[in-house]
Amino acid sequence: MSVRESDLRATAARLLETGSVAVVIGYGAGTLGRRRPVFVRAPAQAGELVFDDECHQNLATYLLKPEIRRLGRPAVVAIPSVLRSLVQLATERQLKDGDVLALVVGDDGVRELADLAAVRQHLAGLPGSLHPAAKTEIARLSAMTAAERRAFWSDELSRCIKCYACRAACPMCYCERCTTECNRPQWIPVASHGLGTLEYHLMRAMHLAGRCVECATCSRACPAGIPVHLLAVFAEESVRRQFGAEAGAAGPAYALSSFRPEDQEGFIR
Amino acid sequence: MSATAPAAGPAAASRFEPRIVAFVCNWCTYAGADLTGTSRIRYQPNVRVIRLPCTGRIDFMLVMTALANGADGVIVSGCHPNDCHYTSGNFHARRRWMVFRDLLDFAGVDVRRVVFSWVSAAEGAKWAELVDKVTDEVRALGPYREIHDLSGTGVG
Repeated sequence: MSVRESDLRATAARLLETGSVAVVIGYGAGTLGRRRPVFVRAPAQAGELVFDDECHQNLATYLLKPEIRRLGRPAVVAIPSVLRSLVQLATERQLKDGDVLALVVGDDGVRELADLAAVRQHLAGLPGSLHPAAKTEIARLSAMTAAERRAFWSDELSRCIKCYACRAACPMCYCERCTTECNRPQWIPVASHGLGTLEYHLMRAMHLAGRCVECATCSRACPAGIPVHLLAVFAEESVRRQFGAEAGAAGPAYALSSFRPEDQEGFIR
Repeated sequence: MSATAPAAGPAAASRFEPRIVAFVCNWCTYAGADLTGTSRIRYQPNVRVIRLPCTGRIDFMLVMTALANGADGVIVSGCHPNDCHYTSGNFHARRRWMVFRDLLDFAGVDVRRVVFSWVSAAEGAKWAELVDKVTDEVRALGPYREIHDLSGTGVG
């Protein structure tokens, strides 16, 4: 057990003891050396918490679940993507300021960020891009011809079985009714054939444009190893490139429900 | 369908005739297309016009659905900026298209087949010109088999 881990366990036990939070959402030991989410509700359970470099999942996904909300105020072990999700979810009026206590585990102990101002301040000191590898891959794909890109995606998406794990893992996919399930009209074919998978992933990326926190939790959740995060990160980048950095996730307004008369494009005839 | 195109010599009979779906707004482009007709301007009959209240109402999934259901090309057209009947519907639509077209291209969908334009109620001639041009372009590209045949691929 590392120092970071023992600090985290002590903090979690204290928070639950004093009753300032009802549940601590963190990482625990999973199978095959991976981490899985744990929901610590009693001080004695705090020993289940693990924190190391394998903790990648975006735990903010659980914050909006009714069964978690019902428990009371949560604390969440916050890696940078969780912090970005908190800001974005608050912007979208899904969380109220102070609803969630963020626990940032570092070598100097556990920092408790109780409100959005503290979260924003902490984020300001972190690198802007969470996923530099995705940007490299997007640049590689963008340099291909359209036919090569089509071949790339039809090959990748041919493994998709439409289990919707990407959607379930995403902190921004919190709609109770998703276009995917809408069958009047049936926007997305139910079958996981080439068309159904392409339309599903395009739809999801479009709905994440300007909202994606670029945590890539979607592609880590994919049982077929499809890099689905590239589509969402690309759409997010497209928003920032065309409408300015402030139009992206955690910006003041959702980019696709606002506009500027002087928006510039080069393709409308 | 193929028999309705203006005849252009013996080769015309076997020529591929593209199917083009046009999503247009009620207030500008639909009225513009109406003007094309009342002005007796001829244009190629490959386009199926679908009238919607506003370009802001045109969901990107409509474009996908058209392509998936056999369209070889899609036109999306509405009022010029600042002319929207609902003040800002076309501005919102423009933002959505800017991102959607980018995303389509990134996902390997042929963006040459998805054409966006502004056609006002006074631009009957522009509508005829646009439809003719897009029809010729898509005819040159051929049927959009890459999308039409997609439902036969994958896990199923």
